Amino acid sequence: MSGEEEARNQQTPIAEVREAVKRFAATEGGVITALDGVSLKVQPREFVTLLGPSGCGKTTLLRVISGLEELDAGEVLIAGEPMTTVPPHRRPVNTVFQNYALFPHLSVGDNVGYGLDVAGVPRRQRNTRVGEVLERIGLGGFEPRRPDQLSGGQRQRVALARAIINRPSLLLLDEPLSALDRNLRQSMQLELKTLQHDLGISFLFVTHDQEEALTMSDRVAVLNKGRIEQVGTPEAHYHRPATRFVAEFIGDGALFSGRIEGPTEDPVLVTGDGLRLAVALGTTVNQVATLLLRPEHLEAAPEAPDAAFGVIEVRLKQSVFLGASRKFVCCLANGATVTAAPTGAGAQALSRVAPGELVRLAYRRDQPHLILGADDGT
Amino acid sequence: MARRGDRRRLALLLGPVTLFLGTCFIGPMAVMIVFSFLEPALYGGVEWSFYHLNYGRILGWADSEWESFDPVYAAIFLRSVRLALTNVVILLVICYPAALWVSGLSARWRTLLVFLTTLPFFVSLVVRLFIWVLILRPTGFLNSSLIGLGLISEPIDIIFTETAVLIGMAYVLLPFMFLPVYASVEKLDRSLIEASSDLGGSPLKTFFRVTLPLTLPGIAAGAVLVFIPSLGNFIVPDLLGGAKVLMIGNLIEQQFLSARNWPFGSALSVMIMVVMFVLIIFYLRQIGRQGANQ
Repeated sequence: MSGEEEARNQQTPIAEVREAVKRFAATEGGVITALDGVSLKVQPREFVTLLGPSGCGKTTLLRVISGLEELDAGEVLIAGEPMTTVPPHRRPVNTVFQNYALFPHLSVGDNVGYGLDVAGVPRRQRNTRVGEVLERIGLGGFEPRRPDQLSGGQRQRVALARAIINRPSLLLLDEPLSALDRNLRQSMQLELKTLQHDLGISFLFVTHDQEEALTMSDRVAVLNKGRIEQVGTPEAHYHRPATRFVAEFIGDGALFSGRIEGPTEDPVLVTGDGLRLAVALGTTVNQVATLLLRPEHLEAAPEAPDAAFGVIEVRLKQSVFLGASRKFVCCLANGATVTAAPTGAGAQALSRVAPGELVRLAYRRDQPHLILGADDGT
Repeated sequence: MARRGDRRRLALLLGPVTLFLGTCFIGPMAVMIVFSFLEPALYGGVEWSFYHLNYGRILGWADSEWESFDPVYAAIFLRSVRLALTNVVILLVICYPAALWVSGLSARWRTLLVFLTTLPFFVSLVVRLFIWVLILRPTGFLNSSLIGLGLISEPIDIIFTETAVLIGMAYVLLPFMFLPVYASVEKLDRSLIEASSDLGGSPLKTFFRVTLPLTLPGIAAGAVLVFIPSLGNFIVPDLLGGAKVLMIGNLIEQQFLSARNWPFGSALSVMIMVVMFVLIIFYLRQIGRQGANQ
């Protein structure tokens, strides 16, 4: 934990969710548990991303914080104050909605100024602030336009301007970039990050796009089926996923579940179908575990690999050109697919292999992350 | 060649409706407009000479030889407008909250309730209004219940008053307000209400700044659809207003059936038509502006 991070954790969190439970009646009968005991803290000036597949409860968590949804159990605190009895319009948070929810009957200026108008800010001051915020997001002079005269990207900016004009302590963003095309999305990612830094407020950002989560966040919380699987830095999620679900959801890689066996000086993970994969020295034997082999861990095996390497024999299926690099999709003896994306000399060695040929790949045995404990089956 | 075929198809498609509207709608209307400028004959029908006093009478200036200035018709006209407007307001107050409530229900309940509002159309209007006579008359259901409960000792006079007419008209025209208002409320994007609330708008401010402006087209449609039949209505005031609450519709009916003054009846009808025409133009412009905004 860095010093900065430590200092953060000693402050009162901007928002805190404690053991939140939220259930919905399903249309076809029965109950859907959208949040199943979720706890999360957002620190001042922090960019936190809620990442998960659709239906994992991430949007519900946002709505619970903004007050648009009431909790069945647990509580929400904003700046240390319990929010249970506080209606949404009195909570010091603002939301950028997924569909933007711009008021179609109001101009851009009136949309952005809405928060100030309902708060009774004097007209002149209000106009100045609307102008400033529009200028800040690159839409200076757009006040008289109508939302339906704007492009998707411009609407997104207006929604953003409308949400930050009240200077909330926490901005909630519900998949705000999902409707934009790829190029626009990437430039907006950087812009959002800069904006968050300049405003000095916390962002709680919802997305199902892992790349988005990894690029922008200080911390990521991965949700699955209404539970938080892991909270931590993007690096931690990528290199040390806590569960098989996180490992599968973030980044590429092949997962092998099995049992750690063998002598302590050469521990091996043995899968159900007999595949043997060397794991880091010092791993406790006789326990179940899951090994995560990322593409960058794998390279062409040297002629005589030493004990620091694990070696697997694969058949090359496809060599895919990616521009700056190349990835090699390979097939293991048990039918599982692994992808290797070596750099430099390793890549050159593999480039000479024709599809269909057998090849030996190696990885440093201390590199791949080992998820200890039973396979959670997801 | 294709163009000629297109034209023939267009003529075939539009022929029947043109013929029908021409003979059954525009023709009679032309007759009415022409009659409104002719002199009344003694026993109904018209004398074919120009006569300007049909319109003059409405404003109170009539044939100076046998009538003096008396704006009785203008008063009836103003009363009709007042009652029609009151009816619009009453129905708006009833239907708007109801539509908000219904639109929040599950799909099955919504369909059922919307169907229920149209159910009275399956029973004859006269029968339904006569039931109101039975309810409102001095020995009727309303008075006997109130007396039975000990709330009043003497029956209250409701039947043959403006109140009775308003009750009857609101009852008859309720679906014409409810359906358009409901249609626009149901279409309203709930996320806009959430956005307003998220930005600090209290429920009241949200209603006046978001909900109401966005459902205005429905309100305008309902208001026009209720105002027009209210203004020209003569069955409701006839049955529930008795002879005391005369509305413009009753006046027109009397001119044709009892007074045998066809030109004056025509003039009254033309005047109502003009008022409604102006209103519809206003309404269409309003809708057009709303449409341009969305």
